[in-house]
Amino acid sequence: MYRIAVIGDSDSVLGFKSLGLDVCPVSNAEQARQAIYRMAKENYAILYLTEQLASQLQPEIARYKDALTPAIILIPGKEGSLGIGMANVKNAVERAVGADIL
Amino acid sequence: MPSSTINPTRMELTRLKGRLKTAQRGHKLLKDKRDELMKQFMDVVRENRALRKRVEEELMRAHSSFTVASALMSPEILEQSLLYPKQSVELDMTFQNVMSVDVPQYRFHTKSQDPGEVYPYGFAQTSGELDDAVDALSRVFQDMLKLAEIEKTSQLLAEEIEKTRRRVNALEYVKIPQMQENIKYITMKLDENERANTIRLMKVKDMLLKEAIEERREETLRATMESE
Repeated sequence: MYRIAVIGDSDSVLGFKSLGLDVCPVSNAEQARQAIYRMAKENYAILYLTEQLASQLQPEIARYKDALTPAIILIPGKEGSLGIGMANVKNAVERAVGADIL
Repeated sequence: MPSSTINPTRMELTRLKGRLKTAQRGHKLLKDKRDELMKQFMDVVRENRALRKRVEEELMRAHSSFTVASALMSPEILEQSLLYPKQSVELDMTFQNVMSVDVPQYRFHTKSQDPGEVYPYGFAQTSGELDDAVDALSRVFQDMLKLAEIEKTSQLLAEEIEKTRRRVNALEYVKIPQMQENIKYITMKLDENERANTIRLMKVKDMLLKEAIEERREETLRATMESE
């Protein structure tokens, strides 16, 4: 049985607790990095990560990009979307096709 | 330029021809795989973009309700009310094979089916905005799960397409031309050897013939001198 976790600053992620997801409130990028490494070893299938943290954790995200689990999915934090999630979709297209054709 | 290490022998030629055939077959298959992957990838990526946009919008709405709620309530009470969730989610993951790429498929089930069960708190001490926020989150959750599935799929497909594309190009522009060049080199070399051999034989035959003629002439000369 796999689990789902949400990583981000506490104001952004607290609400997910009511859905029954594992919430991991962190206050800086270092804590988030530790949390990602720990959860990747345990049986977490999906990690939702706020974009605010993701902007500082590019190497960690890239590391798990080609792995089957966990899927690290970026969500906007409470400050709003930074467009990193969308940019990643664009990057995937560029990687596959060689040019952004969408 | 043929590489300098190849032996211009018949055995090498047969080996190279076999390899070229395999390479061409592999190239064709990989090209088909790339095209099919690309087709699937474009569908996935389009859906990914649409879904991401929707999820981001809905999450922003949930966040804004949540921000209002946290402004109206003291942080302690807010934390208290969400401390023990009533709901819990379990996730099943199966794999689907898309052109030899394993992509995940998620199926989740919640402990209780009642949508009203998501509020883990009493309504007396909390503000209505918190209800809104929790409600919005529970509605967007289904889409978030779908987004996770699709986004992972698109990442995995992108990786596979990149790999396949490299292989196709390496075969098409490096391996196959190199082998054709080598085959040409060996054939030319063998033909050249063949011609050299023919010429050598002709020369030898010439020399033998000349010798025979010389001998015959001396014999006739000797015969005429004896008869005189």
